[in-house]
Formats: sequence, C-alpha cells, structure tokens
Amino acid sequence: MTRLLPLHLSGATVRRRGKRLLGPVDLKLDAGRLTVLLGPNGSGKTTLLRVMHGVERLSEGRISWAGPDDIVERDQAFVFQTPIMLRRSVLANLAYPLKLAGVGRASRNEQARDWAQRIGLGCALDTPAPRLSGGERQKLALARALIRKPQVLFLDEPCASLDGAATRDIEDLLRQARSDGITILMATHDMGQARRLADDVIFMVSGAVHERGDAQTTLSSPETTALRAFLNGDILP
Amino acid sequence: MTRHIPLLALATLIATPAMAEDLRLAVTTSFENSGLADVLLPAIAEDTGINVQLLVVGTGQAIRLGEAGDVDAILVHARAAEEAFVADGYGTARQQIMYNDFVLIGPAADPASIASAETAAAALADISTVQAPFVSRGDDSGTHKAELALWAAAGTDPATFGDWYNAVGAGMGAALNTASGLNAYILADRASWLNFGNKGDLALLFAGDPALFNQYTFIPVNPDAQPGTNIDGATRLQDWLISDRAADLINGYTIAGEPLFVFNANAAP
Amino acid sequence: MNDITQGLAEAARLVVTRDPDLVNISLLSLRVTLTALVIASAIAIPLGTMLAIQRFRFRRTVIAVLNALMGLPPVVVGLVVYVLLSRAGPLGVLGLLFTPAAMIIAQVIIITPLIASVTHQAMRDLWAEYHDLLISMNTTKAQRIATLMWDGRRTLLTATLAGFGRAIGEVGAIMIVGGNIDNATRVLTTAIALETGKGNFALALGLGFVLIGLAIVVNLAIHALSRTEREGRW
Repeated sequence: MTRLLPLHLSGATVRRRGKRLLGPVDLKLDAGRLTVLLGPNGSGKTTLLRVMHGVERLSEGRISWAGPDDIVERDQAFVFQTPIMLRRSVLANLAYPLKLAGVGRASRNEQARDWAQRIGLGCALDTPAPRLSGGERQKLALARALIRKPQVLFLDEPCASLDGAATRDIEDLLRQARSDGITILMATHDMGQARRLADDVIFMVSGAVHERGDAQTTLSSPETTALRAFLNGDILP
Repeated sequence: MTRHIPLLALATLIATPAMAEDLRLAVTTSFENSGLADVLLPAIAEDTGINVQLLVVGTGQAIRLGEAGDVDAILVHARAAEEAFVADGYGTARQQIMYNDFVLIGPAADPASIASAETAAAALADISTVQAPFVSRGDDSGTHKAELALWAAAGTDPATFGDWYNAVGAGMGAALNTASGLNAYILADRASWLNFGNKGDLALLFAGDPALFNQYTFIPVNPDAQPGTNIDGATRLQDWLISDRAADLINGYTIAGEPLFVFNANAAP
Repeated sequence: MNDITQGLAEAARLVVTRDPDLVNISLLSLRVTLTALVIASAIAIPLGTMLAIQRFRFRRTVIAVLNALMGLPPVVVGLVVYVLLSRAGPLGVLGLLFTPAAMIIAQVIIITPLIASVTHQAMRDLWAEYHDLLISMNTTKAQRIATLMWDGRRTLLTATLAGFGRAIGEVGAIMIVGGNIDNATRVLTTAIALETGKGNFALALGLGFVLIGLAIVVNLAIHALSRTEREGRW
C-alpha cells in the first residue's frame, strides 16, 4: 500500500476577509497514531482539520503528503460535528462511498450491511437516514467514513452533542479503527475523551500550535501555562 | 421502465403516419365558421387526393402566411389586399370562387331602428347617430375591411367614435361573443352568424344590400416568390374549386334551410 | 351556471362515446406536451442543478434571465418560433412549421426556464446541506449533479409537473406555430379556443373539463410511479 503519511505542514496559514484563522503552522503527522486536537473555541482546530483534508485552501504555506495526489484524495475521510445524512436509506448512505468508487452493487450492499450490523443498525437498513437519532446518525457517518478503509480519518468534535452510550459506541469504533492501522486526527472538547483515546495531543491557541506531545506526559504535566489553565478548566483570554 | 419514456416519446414524435399529398390553405375565420369546409374537404380529398390542411386566421395573417411561403394558397375576401398580394408577386392570380353576404346583427329591440334602413350605409349611419354600442372586429380581417368601407360610405370615420365603438381585435366568433355580452350591433358574415351558438338577445336586423356581398377569392402562392410551395397542388385545387362538382356542393350548402354561398367562379369579376 | 352543467354533460358525452376527434386531439395534446416535457426536463434539470452548485462568472445573470423568461408571454415565444421556422425564415428549410414538432419546440422554450428555475431553487437548498460531505468525499462534478438530482427527485418531480401544467394548458404559442389544423396539429387548447370562437360554449367547456381530467390523470400517474419507487428505495 502506498503510504500517505507522514504529512508535513510548513507555514500553513489561512486568512479569510483579512482575518487570520490559522497559522502559521508547522506540523508533522505520523502514521498509526490517534492524535487529539485540543483548544478553546476559535483556536483553529476545525480550520486545521479542513486544511489537512483539503476542503479549505491555504492562503500561504504548503501541505505535503508522502503519497501521490490521487491516493491522497481517495484514502482519507472526514466526519463532521453535525453529521450530514444523504436523503437516502441507511443502506444507501453506507454504500454511497463505494458507489462513488465504482464498486459493484452486490459487493457494496454486502459491505454496507456488515457495517450496519457493526453500528447496531442492522435492522434499520431501509430507514431513511435523516430520521435516525443524533447518535445513530453520527455512528452512520463514522461507518460511512470508514467503509472505504481510509488511511487517515479526520473527526471534528464527533461526540459534541451525543449522550454517553452513543459516545462510547463511537469511541469503540475509533479504537477498532486505530488498531486496524488507521491514522486518526480528532478535535474534541471532551477532556475525558482525550485521556481515554489520545496517543498524542496537539493544543492550539489563536490559530497556532501551542504545545504538542504524547498524551500521557502532555496531559499530566503540561509545559505551558496556557495548557495548564485549559486543563484546569480556566477561561483562556 | 422510466428510462424508456424519452425513447417512446421520441419514437411517437418521429413516427408520423404516411399521408396523402398535403396542401396548406390559409382561410378566413368566417369561411371556417360557415362549416362549408367540412363538406368541401372530404370531397376534395376524394376527387384529387389532396389533403387540405386549413389554417384558420384573419385575412391579414393569411396574406402574411402566403408572403412567407408558409401556405400553398389562400382563400380570402378582401379585394384591395388581394390585388396588392398579386401585384407584389406573392400570388399568381386571383380566382373568384363564390360569395356570401354580410349581415348586420344587433339587439332584438333595435334601438337604432336599422331594420327599416334603406341601405347598409344608412343603417350604420343610424347606429352612429344614436351611438348604440357597436363591436368591430378591429383585426384587419376581410370582415373588418368591409365594415370600414361601409362606415366610409356612411360618411363617418370610426377614428372619431366614442366609447360605444368597441374594436375588439379578435376573430368573428370572439367578436360575436363580445357583441352578445354587450348586446351590441356588429357586422358579421351570414355563415358565422347562423352557426353561432351564443346568440343571446341578438337578432339579424339588416341584410340584402349588394354592398354587403362578400366575395371569396382563391390565390395560389407564387412559386417564383416562394420556391418551396406546392404550386402543382394549388393549381389542381383551384381547378377543382371552379368545377361543377364544387358549384353543386357550394350552392347546395345550407344551414337551417338557408343557402349561404353563391358559386360565381365563372362569372365576370 | 347552465353553461357549466351543459359543459359537464358534454364532457361526459365525449368521454363515454370515445368521440374519435376527441381521442385524436387528446392524444396529440399528450404527445406534444409529454415530448416537450421530456426534452425540457433533460435540459432544465441538469442546468438548474449546475446553476446551484457551480460558481461561474455570469451565474447571477443566467439565473436572472431564467427567472425573467418564466414570465415570457407564450404568444411572443410562438411568434419568435414562427419567424424562425417560417419558410422565409432561417430554419424554413426544415419544413417544421405547422407540425407537432413546431409545437414541441415552442413548448420546450416556454417550460424550460420554469423547470430550470424551480430546479435551481430546490437544488440550491439541497446543495447547501450536502456541500461539505460531497466536497469531502472528493466527488466529481458529474457525481455531485447526479447525487443532488437523485436525492432531490421528489422536488424535481414537482418542477416537472409545474412544467407539464403550463405546457398542456398553453394555447397562444401553439396556435401560431401549430396552426390548429384539423387532424394534424389541433390539440385540446386550440380546439377549445376554436369552439369558444364559434360560440359553442358547451363543447368548449366540455373539452376544458376533459383537459382538466387529463391533467389530473397524468399527475396522479406520475405521483403513483414515484411512490412505488420510494417504497423500493427507502
């Protein structure tokens, strides 16, 4: 398999209407890790994710993957904070990425059914996806992101408005994905979730990477006062 | 199944049934409304094999269709316009076929007392004197032109008339509907009047003045002006229209027992 | 009131006796309108969808023009098509004037802007909903258009039915370009105009009721089709 990672960002900057939303960011993302993005609202987590995923353009700087462009476009997926459901059945939502990839009907329906089972929607194959509960929708969005076995998965606060049970299901799926070798970068507000899942932590303030390191050390003994304050639950300026 | 619908639709569009020789003839609404076409067209198809497609329009539009070569011949009743049509090279020659007559229709109570008028011009003069409501075709048709000629003969000018004069700019039937609604006077051809189904309070009040005779003329479109037209068919149709068989059918056509047309193809113009 | 009763009776008589003229006229109405609808939809639906998702320089202008064309009087369309197809006109050699094809062309011009405009509005909302997902999945432009059209198909059906309604009831344009020729280009609406002109209100109303009935049947049929589909797909 052609490896996408590591991913390098150098001087990555995003400006919109004269305001700097991100950067400059210099960052290297290694394969096989689950990295959690922390930081207050407006610190640039979402913008960073979108830039890496390629749905947001850089104003300055560069972003370079190890693999060729077509693989880069194909082998990554994104899960949004508010899941976007196609106005189709659960089965059709799961099969959609495979259909885009030109997978035959029988094969894609079989894989979609497997995934529906795994996320507990095996009995709801024909239910219109927009009618699912919030937790079910987010699980479906995650399964849909994973169904093409991406090398990299981005998640933007996927559990922001979910209850405990749904959050646990999502976390289980993420652990499974990581053990399958998928590199994961996830923004979250939930400190508990960061402690439960993270291999690495990136802490952002005002559009820049303020501190990063492996989760164990960084979360227990942060180097910067800002991260210490953030972990304490203080309001950052 | 759904994906076949466009194909089916296209197939029906393309598959027009094979037809006998078609000939397009622009006729005036008054001719069509008379119902004579329903008698003549089957006979024409039977005798000549020509399938005459009628375009029922006003005289003005009929002449435009002829000028553009969109029809093969015209059958109209507006002498000055016909002569100009031929003089400008759009038509080969005028062939008079038959005439019917115009009649003055109005409210049965006849407020302008036109029933007792001496001439058609005098009748119109009476209407303008009492300013009784009058409906005019106002569409540059043969009937409209005949009406304008009568107003001129009465020494009046519709341009100076007040609210009582309604130029509706519509075909004979629509104008009759308007007259029926307004209970107004109107000049109509006899055939349209007899066939009209919405007479309301209207009645035939004045007829018979030779000035009201309405001459129908057949003119083939000149192939020199419009090469694509069917001059051969038009010539054969003309031959049929002046034949004895046509004469019998035209003279024998009646509505409610009343003959409508007088065949005069062989009379001096 | 009496006229309406007579009209209903006339409509019943025409339908019960399967009046051959009525059958011909109705079939031609359907053939012309449905063909025009298929062609117009094939142009307007992808166009409207493209306008919703594609940013280009004259997009606003195109949308404004479409919306303006929706209000175009059919008579004007008829006149323009007449001038083009007239033997003396630029497309005269095709010999299409006073044929069903000419009526189809006029109707396509009349309803394409309507369908495209309704499509554009519906697809714009759906695109706002789907935008991030479809961009994230790295879809091609064609895939985006196909996805929006498929998932918005019920709204598109409404757009199409609006086009059908406008086309089947249209008289001004097809009177001019079709010529209302008996057994060749006479359709329900021009026949109604003709009978009204003759003062035969009962027959004209009867034909009118047949037209309404036909439109209802077509609407129900299309809705029934889409409902079966929904059960299968959802």
